[in-house]
Amino acid sequence: MIMTWLIEPFTFAFMQRGLAAGLLVGIGCAVLGTFVVLRGMAFVGDALAHTVLPGVVIAFLLGVNLFIGALVAGVLTAIGIGWFSKEGHVEEDTAIGVMFSGLFALGIALLSRVQSYRDLTHILFGNILGVSSLDLWITAGVTVLVLLAVWAFFKELVATSFDPGHATVIGLSPGLVRYGLLILLALVVVSGIQTVGVVMVAALLVTPAATASLLTRRLPQMMGLSALLSALAALVGLYASYYANVASGAAIVLTLTGFFVLIFLFAPGHGLLRRRREGKA
Amino acid sequence: MAEIIETFNYGRVCTVPPVPGEPALEIKELTFTYPGVANPALSDISLTVMPGEKVALVGPNGAGKSTLIKLIAGLERPPSGKIIVYGNEAGDCHHRVAYVPQRGAVDWRFPVTVREVVMMGRYAHLGWLRWPTRADHEAVGRSLAEMNVADLADRQIGELSGGQQQRVMLARTLAQEADLLLLDEPLNNLDVPTQELIFGVLDEQAKQDRTLIVSTHDLGVLPLHFTRAIFLDGHVVVDGPVAEVLTARTLLRAYGVRLHYHEGIWDDNDVAD
Repeated sequence: MIMTWLIEPFTFAFMQRGLAAGLLVGIGCAVLGTFVVLRGMAFVGDALAHTVLPGVVIAFLLGVNLFIGALVAGVLTAIGIGWFSKEGHVEEDTAIGVMFSGLFALGIALLSRVQSYRDLTHILFGNILGVSSLDLWITAGVTVLVLLAVWAFFKELVATSFDPGHATVIGLSPGLVRYGLLILLALVVVSGIQTVGVVMVAALLVTPAATASLLTRRLPQMMGLSALLSALAALVGLYASYYANVASGAAIVLTLTGFFVLIFLFAPGHGLLRRRREGKA
Repeated sequence: MAEIIETFNYGRVCTVPPVPGEPALEIKELTFTYPGVANPALSDISLTVMPGEKVALVGPNGAGKSTLIKLIAGLERPPSGKIIVYGNEAGDCHHRVAYVPQRGAVDWRFPVTVREVVMMGRYAHLGWLRWPTRADHEAVGRSLAEMNVADLADRQIGELSGGQQQRVMLARTLAQEADLLLLDEPLNNLDVPTQELIFGVLDEQAKQDRTLIVSTHDLGVLPLHFTRAIFLDGHVVVDGPVAEVLTARTLLRAYGVRLHYHEGIWDDNDVAD
């Protein structure tokens, strides 16, 4: 009985593709998200997601795959953010704030002239059940690339995060590593737009990693746990959309947020309730 | 373009071999101003340091001690003047220079173990896409033992006390097997046993012809642990053997009236950091 209930949704091809996309995007975002959380780059992730919008619209106008437009925009933004923070005329978060709202507005303006409201909501809030096979292949490619890059450059990512001065002295440029990280971020953010949309993709980066950081202080475990939470949330989100007719993107993000709140309250060692009990103010 | 290639340089072996008898460090007419600041942080610095010297950089807060160390480390590029480290321009020979920044420059909360931090010293010899070998692990093991932190090897760096963390940073420097050691305020807030342990190891390093440049507020450690003191105050106030330099007159020149003598040590009455 329960088995049929669990299996039935995934007899449909669009649900299978949705699940695959949710898992792939979730894992990519979760792994990279640990660096986003530990390096305090959550705002950057959010900004990247928003600046991608004009790229998507322009791709639509040119008739190319939306993914490619988003990718180009994302990578250009990553380079732009790196450049702004290097020049140092304005504070980095100010520069990002100005740029991301401006580009987002440009995207909306372009969109309002060419598309229906329905298409807009797909980009803003995601449409995991409308993932095409081509999208799925691109998403898979992005996730594999991100995992490979994190594995190959793990020691550089860690060394520049922990002590950028030492990294520079031994000839490893923290700026270069940061550029690389921003470009990888642009890639996962773009793939995340398929599943949860522009507005919520930052949640995929930040929430599972933040939750995992409450449970462990080991980086590899943090990444694994973060990916696991993300995968679980994708599954829960799809069931919610199938049986309760809830928007899948919102369901995924809400599930992730629920995990975070639960673990924040009950985590061993960090949990709020436990600290209460121990009489710590 | 050359600058872009330079960014990918990490792990590459120096092209210029060391020349025997060459100074460890040579600074010629160095002047440095931070962008957007009117007055230079350092002006007209010239000095030569030979291998095996133990140099203390002293001076009040804002005297340019950290800036000078960063310039020697290659973290800042001098707009005018020359800094030559073992015959190469500063920042060009990454294996030979080790740097321990002030505490605030390190993200102590980042989840890495003590062993991983010490291994970062070996990264200077590894470079892109190369993973630590057995020899690297052995070097890390020796450095951990030497700094007496082997029992903490698998702990998170953030769980350690300030003194233990400073010992780990020194262990990283030893693992790097560098010839020029640049330590920015390594003694701040450390208890005496930890200071003694650090000095013991540093003395050993100097005996192997390695060169130490250490900035410090604590003038009390000068006579025992350093061969040379350089008093900075935006420029070199006085530079010479510790015994000659450590006179009331030079101290007055370097610190003005802010200096007090109490409980056997000279101390700067500005609060450190």
